[in-house]
Amino acid sequence: MRTGRAARTGQYVALLAYLVFLAFPFLWLLSTAFKPARELGSLHPTWIPEDPTLANFRQAFDEQPLLDAALNSLVAALGAAVVAVLIATPMAYVMARHRTTLSRMATGWVVVSQAFPFVLVIIPLFLVLKNLRLINSVPGLVMVYVVWALPFALWMLVGYVRAVPAELEEAAAVDGAGKLRTLVSVTAPLLAPGIVATALFAFITAWNEFFFALVLLKSPEKQTLPVVLTHFIGAEGVADLGPLAAAAFLATLPSLVVFAVIQKRITGGMLAGAVKS
Amino acid sequence: MTLATATPKRPRPAKRRTSAGDKERRLLDHGAWFLVLPALIPILVLSVGPLLYGIALAFTDAQSGRTEPTQWIGTLNFQDLLHDTLFWDSFRIGLLWAVGVTVPQFLLALGLALLLNQRLRLRWLARALAIIPWAMPEVVVGIMWRLVYNPDAGILNETLRDLGLGDGRDWLSGLATALPAVIVVGVWAGMPQTTVALLAGLQNTPRELHEAAAMDGAGAWRRFRTVTWPAIRPVALAISALNLIWNFNSFALVYVLTNGGPGGRTRLPMLFAYEEAFRYGQFGYAAAMGCVMVAVISVVLALHLVGRLRRGGDA
Repeated sequence: MRTGRAARTGQYVALLAYLVFLAFPFLWLLSTAFKPARELGSLHPTWIPEDPTLANFRQAFDEQPLLDAALNSLVAALGAAVVAVLIATPMAYVMARHRTTLSRMATGWVVVSQAFPFVLVIIPLFLVLKNLRLINSVPGLVMVYVVWALPFALWMLVGYVRAVPAELEEAAAVDGAGKLRTLVSVTAPLLAPGIVATALFAFITAWNEFFFALVLLKSPEKQTLPVVLTHFIGAEGVADLGPLAAAAFLATLPSLVVFAVIQKRITGGMLAGAVKS
Repeated sequence: MTLATATPKRPRPAKRRTSAGDKERRLLDHGAWFLVLPALIPILVLSVGPLLYGIALAFTDAQSGRTEPTQWIGTLNFQDLLHDTLFWDSFRIGLLWAVGVTVPQFLLALGLALLLNQRLRLRWLARALAIIPWAMPEVVVGIMWRLVYNPDAGILNETLRDLGLGDGRDWLSGLATALPAVIVVGVWAGMPQTTVALLAGLQNTPRELHEAAAMDGAGAWRRFRTVTWPAIRPVALAISALNLIWNFNSFALVYVLTNGGPGGRTRLPMLFAYEEAFRYGQFGYAAAMGCVMVAVISVVLALHLVGRLRRGGDA
């Protein structure tokens, strides 16, 4: 297809506008994170720090328990990712291979669970976890995150299982392999990359999650990174901009790295089922 | 996060079954429970259960930290809600916000997806940048935009000053500007997901159709309407319905940006319900709010399903 020169130019102008829109808040965050207090107080802020400094990062760690928070986030996110994938993979296998009432109901639940306002679930969960003495505990949060991560974990995994040809399993069965043997030595290796991608995605969503953590974790030493970040913003909304930016940037790094690695797989997995329908 | 609401129909492969195959099949059918239970039990205990419990709570006077036992009060919470102007204000703001974010977001994402589907230089950069809003914690997105909107040290006002467009203002604290300001952030934050979904739809469009249409002398708009749009319509409908619902339910972004202020101008229903439940301890009342939100969301879902049916089932 030929595109005229004017149209081409228009396309590039539009693309550039998109790039600016997507990039500028993030560049500003970076710029703010590396500016010394003197420059932050200037009435005419500049894009590039004239005198870049790491002082904001040091101050951020002094002001809030960022290391503890990062550790809590890591435990919660790792726990959620591992448990969610462990229990979702077998179920996704059944959902993908067998059209039973159960798997239809599970699919329905996956869809409906996307639509529910969390507040309707969090109040009862709060009461239940309180009775189990799991309020204010990272394991309690992990339990919530596992269930919260299950819908999309199932969705992605069902897509990945469908991508493994059932014929391969049948061939193995013809060759005399038992069902378990087939699953372990034929299906599992083909599924492994999808399982890893799903786990990483579950990790990121748990790492980024805020609402449940805000409600369930009360004492500062138990809180996760997103909750601790909000403490940088004072009651009056006044914030120490430099340390705030520094801490926010640090909190984003793990997700950015992981996401950059698995981005293709995620979109593939998410869309595998969706687009075909 | 899911993007569509139906499972694709897969034709059952016709296959001959040996008696051994039959036996294997039945074994797995029994074994299937063993495979399903590890996920099913947590789903029932921690998701479906609390959901039903939450609905039940809406009909009680449950409060946190109260000594008297909780009692059934019928539809009293709902009657109170009916007269709670603050709640309906937040409800109206929630709808404004959901539509205000979803519509521009969809149009912008469609534009970007169409661009990214072309062979342009810099395409890789746009794809790489699109990861940023997607991977960021919502809290960080909120913080980042607070830095942008900052009345003194923010880049937005400085740019406006440089362009000679007035002296800038405190966007997030202005009664008139707060909601539009947070809507811009909402659009920014959700654009990548919508773009990727639409892009995937575009890439499923057969290129030959386009070429044939171009050969017949169809202009760009006509090609879009007759070839591109029908191909991406299912994805577009699904992602828009989900975006509407997700936005209506959103919390973290606005909590960080304005915490519902100024004067409740950005108090989304979730922020309102959160305050009722966890600041004032009104569990029953907040649960009733959740129920009303569910009712509205069901309407969106129903409309979406009607759209699918009209389209004639599977495409």
